[in-house]
Amino acid sequence: MADPLTLKDYFLETRIIQSRLLWLLVVILFMTSVLVARYYELQINRHDTFVTLSDANRILTQSVAPTRGLIFDRQGKILAENQPSFSLNIVQERVADLDATLLLLQQLLSLSDKELEKFQQRLQKRRRPYEPVPIRFRLSDEEIAIIAVNEYRLPGVEVKGQLVRHYPYGDLFAHSIGYVGSINVKEQRRINEQGLEKSYEGIYSIGKTGIERIYESLLLGESGAQKVETNARGRVLRVLEQELPEPGDNLTLFLDAELQRIAAEQLKEHRGAIVAIEVDSGGVLAAFSAPAFDPNLFVTGISVKNYAALRDSWKLPLFNRVLQGQYPPGSTIKPMVGLSGLEHHVITPQFTINDPGYYQLPNDERLYRNWKREGHGSNVDLKQAIAESSDTYYYDLAYRLGIDRMSAFLAEFGFGEKTHVDQTSERSGLLPSREWKRKYRQLHWFPGDSLNVGIGQGDMLATPMQLAYATTVVANRGLRIQPRMLNSVNGQQRPAEVAEPLVLQQDENWDVIIDAMEEVVHGRNGTARGIGRGLEYRMAGKTGTAQVVGIKQGEEYDASLLDLQQRDHALFIAFAPIEAPKIAVAVVVENGEAGSTTAAPMARAVIDHYLLQQKTTQALQDSNVAEGQVWQKTF
Amino acid sequence: MAEDFLRQLPGSYAMNYRGHTLAKALHIDIPLLLLLVMLSFVGLFVLYSANGKDLNGIERQASYMLLAYAGMFTAAQFSQLTLQRFATFIYFVSLVLLVAVLLMGVGAKGAQRWLDLPGLPRFQPSELAKLALPLILASYFEHRTLPPRFKHVFWSVILIAVPVFLIGRQPDLGTSLLIGMSGLIVLFVAGIRWRYIFAAIAAGIPALLLMWFFVMRDYQRQRVLTLMNPEADKWGAGWNIIQSTTAIGSGGYSGKGWLQGTQSHLDFLPEGQTDFIIAVFAEEFGFSGVMLLLLLYLLIVARGLWISLQAQTTFGRLLAASITGTFFIYIFVNMGMVSGILPVVGVPLPLVSQGGTSIVTLMAGFGILMAIATEKKKLSH
Repeated sequence: MADPLTLKDYFLETRIIQSRLLWLLVVILFMTSVLVARYYELQINRHDTFVTLSDANRILTQSVAPTRGLIFDRQGKILAENQPSFSLNIVQERVADLDATLLLLQQLLSLSDKELEKFQQRLQKRRRPYEPVPIRFRLSDEEIAIIAVNEYRLPGVEVKGQLVRHYPYGDLFAHSIGYVGSINVKEQRRINEQGLEKSYEGIYSIGKTGIERIYESLLLGESGAQKVETNARGRVLRVLEQELPEPGDNLTLFLDAELQRIAAEQLKEHRGAIVAIEVDSGGVLAAFSAPAFDPNLFVTGISVKNYAALRDSWKLPLFNRVLQGQYPPGSTIKPMVGLSGLEHHVITPQFTINDPGYYQLPNDERLYRNWKREGHGSNVDLKQAIAESSDTYYYDLAYRLGIDRMSAFLAEFGFGEKTHVDQTSERSGLLPSREWKRKYRQLHWFPGDSLNVGIGQGDMLATPMQLAYATTVVANRGLRIQPRMLNSVNGQQRPAEVAEPLVLQQDENWDVIIDAMEEVVHGRNGTARGIGRGLEYRMAGKTGTAQVVGIKQGEEYDASLLDLQQRDHALFIAFAPIEAPKIAVAVVVENGEAGSTTAAPMARAVIDHYLLQQKTTQALQDSNVAEGQVWQKTF
Repeated sequence: MAEDFLRQLPGSYAMNYRGHTLAKALHIDIPLLLLLVMLSFVGLFVLYSANGKDLNGIERQASYMLLAYAGMFTAAQFSQLTLQRFATFIYFVSLVLLVAVLLMGVGAKGAQRWLDLPGLPRFQPSELAKLALPLILASYFEHRTLPPRFKHVFWSVILIAVPVFLIGRQPDLGTSLLIGMSGLIVLFVAGIRWRYIFAAIAAGIPALLLMWFFVMRDYQRQRVLTLMNPEADKWGAGWNIIQSTTAIGSGGYSGKGWLQGTQSHLDFLPEGQTDFIIAVFAEEFGFSGVMLLLLLYLLIVARGLWISLQAQTTFGRLLAASITGTFFIYIFVNMGMVSGILPVVGVPLPLVSQGGTSIVTLMAGFGILMAIATEKKKLSH
């Protein structure tokens, strides 16, 4: 860097430096104005945008799940409630290594593959950032302790208290109330399609069957939201605003827990169904399908083992016989068929036949046998034919009435179509007709087919609910009120669905039929005279015994059970009291052999309880009115 | 500055002389000192908010500042002659240390910036280079005629390029560019001809392109791309810049108030105590606060330029101009990168950002400024 000595021109250099310092100042001022402009742009011009962004950063809107509506019986007893329970949750955003965390949890709590799979499913669900996702419900105290001890190894894993559905009556209402369970993929898709994602934020269960499913939208309630301030790691620091969730509607049903218990006790040893309907409202008082199961098992996910046991049992506990069981109605439809004969003037109440114990079609060798080999005598009229259940009489009636008129008239009582009771998975039974046979069997209708339908056999099928409904139509003398479970929503009464009444040409024909049904229970030779003894009220009924060709559920029979399962089904329909009907009941006992001895006493037990209870309540009310005060001591 | 103006008036000299006797004796420039002390207090207040009201952090920073002021007073005592005499030595020592950093340096995040020599506290040799380069360049031109001839420009560019290259290799792009700028400022003020400047700019554009493709590392390229579109990598590279502009913008005109910034207090803003502290300041004190801070900075710059103008040797002028100009570039780069108009390079905001050694170097620089300022007066009277 050696340089030849040069003379420095001090003044020139001063001028150069001064001018360059000026330039430097200009550049600095220019750059400063760039900064000023930039900060002006950010802080003044775009201030609003950034305030929004900054709030969006720190303010998190969390959904607050509503409590599901409660379900009560007619007496105000709780049938479905919400119980606090602790669940294990994972906040994905706070977990550094999800796989490692899951592995550790698996070791600590022995999580099953299914739980993990369900958890992954829930993880896929649309949710807000930092929303905890449950992995196991109903933690035991021991499990909570294990988590607490290992907390330091489990960042992002937290125990959360929440409300879980509980059914205090256990299996008593397994089919009718149904149950809630984890939202599955299909249901999630349905929720998305209906645009209900917002309503289900923070909610992990949904009504699967029965009342829980059909009134899901009422029971659900509305999610609330709270605005919370969080830091960058999502830790909630404080609640800024809160919009409380709106709890689901409370439903009061017509069901009566006590009556249901009676029905369940009656069917304890059997497979079958009992349906009781309040005649003047159509309200279902009891609907029990036996055997049942504990719906609480399903709420937080049933174990594979438990589910397999339920699914594979030959007794089909998951099957709701009340609405899905389709049975030949047998002689229980004789009152309606008889009414049909009267309406079409095919018979009169005075008309009699000779019953030798069998029936023969003209120009046909075949004998259609009566259930009683020796027959019911030579002067069998309609009343006797119903009271003693003469098949011969009905073969003759059905032949002369013809399938078209018979089928059309039975349809008036709801056979062959769903009752549209507010329940799930109802089946429509089967009311055979000429068109039906042509369409599904590709065969002509033969007169012999009519004979079978006339005694409720052949292809005819009905559900216990249909039988009970048909009974209410008789009890109401043609008034048709759709059966229903839901009485009121938050105390608000629901109106009944009333169809066009069935008006007979001669109204007194109702009396003829009801008299005959009374004779079944109270007559000297009535098939259900066994239950008529000691009855404090008048009951109209009809027994039925249906031949089994295997109940049509498509299951395979176990060979060792063949005998049992080939026995006849026992049926009974009844209503009481005759002078002012209050309750109509249908009982079906699979392989119960005889309607008179198996099914009829069950119906009586249910009706007894109901009318006795009514009487007590009535007496109580009367005495209250009389004394002008409310008695509470008597309870 | 007002005092300086007064000092120039006839008859006012004696009064001023008496008033500044102690300051003169200690080689202190009172206006610069007052401005720096004000800035230091502003810095501590902002830092208190930025580090989550942690008094320990403030104490530590305050003790660094005291150390830095001590460094400033020490530096102020050197005469220009001493500085010139040692310039070459300091420069070559810093080069040796920079090479040592590359060979045996320690550091984090894939960069070696620190030297851990036995018997010495851990330090960054690049800090020394920040002072060494302007010193040697100013000293170089003190002995040459101005405006510099091509040959001199060539040699001074070599003097600049070596430390810039060594620091760039650590890698520490921010410091390397800033040191380069401190050298270029010397060249500029020394009167390098405009045609060289334009030629350099013309050559610079293709050079930048070459650097982009062949020299820059992936993470450096990423920073530039992030600047263009922070939303592209919202949770990664873009996060800092999105959060800092959000903090600045949400401050509005008057700010959210001291200790009330949500972006920083809720930890959305990363590096809030160090490089991004201006975002905390802007969020809490708003546009008005930013303007006042900028004014404070500009007053310091103005005082520095004034000292440069008043210096009576070429060495003093060039050195003062370089120190002042570099100080401003720190401010510009820091405020520019945090507000999203410059790529993110690790440049702290002078006297406000938390940090030890950089403050000491900075104040040592101001000490040299004071040495120049006070020496001038000795010469003229």
